[in-house]
Amino acid sequence: MEAASTAAAASGRPEAPSLRAARRRYGELVIRGFLVLAALISLLTTTGIVYALLKETVVFFGDVGVRDYLFGTKWSPLFEPGSFGVLPLIAGTFATTAIALVVAIPLGLGAAVYLSEYARPRVRKTLKPILELLAGIPTIVFGYFALTFFTPEILRGFFNLHVSIFNALAAGIIIGFLIIPIVASISEDSMRSVPQALREGAFGLGASKLQVTVRVVFPAALSGIVASVVLAMSRAVGETMVVLIAGGQQPQWGVDVGKSMETLTAFIAATAKGDAPTGSIEYKTLFAVGTTLFVITLVINMISIRFVRKYRQVYE
Amino acid sequence: MAEPVTEHPEIRVDLPRAEPATEQSSSETKRPREAIFHLDELAVAYAGKAAVRGVSFDIARNEITALIGPSGCGKSTLIRCLNRMNDLIPTAQVDGKVLYHGQDLYAPEVDAVEVRKRIGMVFQKPNPFPKSIYDNIAFGPRVLGMKGDMDEIVESALQRAALWDEAKDRLKTNAFGMSGGQQQRLCIARALAVEPDVILMDEPCSALDPISTGKIEDLMMDLKREYSIVIVTHNMQQAARVSDKTAFFTVELDESEKQRTGRVVEFDDTERIFTNPSDPRTEAYVTGKVG
Amino acid sequence: MSAHQDAIGRPSGSRRVKDAAFRMGLVACLALAVGLLAVLLVDVAIDGVGTLNWDFINNFTSISADKAGIQAALWGTIWLMGVCALFIVPVGVATAIYLEEYADPRRWWNRLIELNIQNLAAVPSIVYGILGLAFLVRGPIGLGNVVLAGGLTLGLLVLPMVIIAGREALRAVPPSIREGSMALGATQWQTIWRQVLPAAVPGIATGVILALSRAIGETAPLIVVGAVSVIAFNPTGVDSQFTAMPIQIFDWISRASNDINDYKPLAAAGILLLIILLLAMNSVAIWLRNRYEQKW
Repeated sequence: MEAASTAAAASGRPEAPSLRAARRRYGELVIRGFLVLAALISLLTTTGIVYALLKETVVFFGDVGVRDYLFGTKWSPLFEPGSFGVLPLIAGTFATTAIALVVAIPLGLGAAVYLSEYARPRVRKTLKPILELLAGIPTIVFGYFALTFFTPEILRGFFNLHVSIFNALAAGIIIGFLIIPIVASISEDSMRSVPQALREGAFGLGASKLQVTVRVVFPAALSGIVASVVLAMSRAVGETMVVLIAGGQQPQWGVDVGKSMETLTAFIAATAKGDAPTGSIEYKTLFAVGTTLFVITLVINMISIRFVRKYRQVYE
Repeated sequence: MAEPVTEHPEIRVDLPRAEPATEQSSSETKRPREAIFHLDELAVAYAGKAAVRGVSFDIARNEITALIGPSGCGKSTLIRCLNRMNDLIPTAQVDGKVLYHGQDLYAPEVDAVEVRKRIGMVFQKPNPFPKSIYDNIAFGPRVLGMKGDMDEIVESALQRAALWDEAKDRLKTNAFGMSGGQQQRLCIARALAVEPDVILMDEPCSALDPISTGKIEDLMMDLKREYSIVIVTHNMQQAARVSDKTAFFTVELDESEKQRTGRVVEFDDTERIFTNPSDPRTEAYVTGKVG
Repeated sequence: MSAHQDAIGRPSGSRRVKDAAFRMGLVACLALAVGLLAVLLVDVAIDGVGTLNWDFINNFTSISADKAGIQAALWGTIWLMGVCALFIVPVGVATAIYLEEYADPRRWWNRLIELNIQNLAAVPSIVYGILGLAFLVRGPIGLGNVVLAGGLTLGLLVLPMVIIAGREALRAVPPSIREGSMALGATQWQTIWRQVLPAAVPGIATGVILALSRAIGETAPLIVVGAVSVIAFNPTGVDSQFTAMPIQIFDWISRASNDINDYKPLAAAGILLLIILLLAMNSVAIWLRNRYEQKW
């Protein structure tokens, strides 16, 4: 076979093929447009939340003075005339959150330290999912437990405390257990990512396991631990059902956690349940308190994001 | 003044002897073939840092053109320009001209998808889809809306890739079940199924064992009758064995900026490059004195 | 030359005690946490297992405690989950695709979207209820307290979970698959639709199921959005008023029990049913992940 005919027969493809698209690819642009729209929904959600809250809150502050709201110590919005001091609600939120942290921080960190530094891999593999189970239980179940078992059998029964049937202590303690997985999970991740070399250096100097854990691992993992606590705090502040069911709906400007204390969240839920007509003062208080709640959690979250940026993304 | 006599007897390179009768032997004067690609001062930069610069040569039809040189001299970057795969990297910037059959590949009205239909690519690590052998081959024709009986298209592609006998009884099994060499031939078959004009191969054998490598080299020699092939390779012997033309790249260090930029030192017939290179750097590389 | 010529003995007594006490303290922490979980589950089981039967599932709620059942709430929950899923799957997956495959992370608006999703994940769930009340139930869209409003509110709440899971699933598909597809002449969307997305489906499905597990137990947003507590019919469409399992449970908890009617076991039985549903959903998620996980 001649070389010449080879060259001719070699390729049956057309000479100088056109590289222009057969038709413009509009489809790709349309699809991209839809995807962008979908992504914008998440932005719209935030905008919607902010707008919805602010709109009614601004109207609210037309009726009620800002100073009365922020510094008043009596909250009875449905009376004639009503008192609109939000401090009792904030006190309620603060009290339950503080109690929750007192429970969650030691227990959560203790569990985290154990799982990270002491437990054998097989033990870890079994126990970690069980802790996660605690996180998966709906909060209404915790509310039921707090009201029907914890207060009567444990607080009043076992510890013989004189608390009312609805009290902030029970609510706070149960919320504490509820948020343990947040503290434990993130802290444990944080501790496990401390390089082994650090531990070995300390062991090599003759330190005991206790000393290595407390003086080497813990400080090295501190920012993740702090992040976990801040995140847990945010979760506790936003918790509704446990306080609604077990904490009662009597706002209290005081420190008696044995009595009922209404929180910001419980108030919102209780008021909304009452099906307030749009434009009524009730309706507006809903949004004002909602804004207060949102601002508090926003501030807490901003703080935690600064700490949590190093560690894994978590969704409550 | 072409002198076929070797000036450097210490270079021992085995030039292919057993070639199909239709090929001209390398000692006769070559009839210049049509240039598929014409590269003119082609340069690529990533985020402002020049990766390769000043590349100018032609790639001829129905030939195998090899790009050789040490690591990091921009051979892969360059070959990815030829099918506009660098478009997928947001920080990449291409300057200079690439003419494909006389058309500017980077002209604004040119559709990169059309480009990749005609200029196919096989990658260093075989990357079959997590689907059956049949669906791997059929994917290209399906998305490009090619007409014809799919079974025939698949069989034809597998035949041309010398994989039909090994695959015909397991067409519906997952491609991941094949060996590395088979997977790479599957990737070649996949590229052939869309009826390209050119096949680019970026170190196609570097992840394979010698026997699979040999099979793919035989395949390349076979394929060049119908397609034009550009291959990047680290393996000098491979370049000497299979290619008709070779471009030798080197890395230049920018004194001020400590930047490594690739350049083409020499481009010539393969036999020339390996027996009588013009540039001392080429000679140093092919004789193994340098990297 | 060493001053310490004594043999290296065992650690001092007090050190050993401290170490042991510390370790025991840690175990105690874990034990307390797990212990409370166990007590909780046992308590609920004891309270409710007697009432959890087919009558309970088939009856509607009633003043008379032994005739009351959870049917309306069960179907309400199912309808809500349906609406929620129909919302979060397309929107969540589309957002994940946009962020992973199309968006240039150097552009500020794309970073804003990412930051926003992180923030949304930490907003209290009751605030989503307020959002739903203001926009979906009343306000501009004004659907009323119907299934559609409730389902969309829950959807907005768990959307960030689906987006985050979707992104991880897409990220797990190696770039070589995309390159191989594009090199054949496929467009970006063809590559995503035919190669990347199918490979990411198991991860996405797991994420969706976990998101629905979260949504199914949410009470507060539904209260604010106006789920009805006492309802004796199943939803007939997305424009029906509705109740849901957590709402019904809450109603039973809130009602004062007396000698004639004890609502506590009803609440407990409802909780048990809810937990069973959750276990089922999570098992499916785990099974999906194990069975279809792609090993590259």
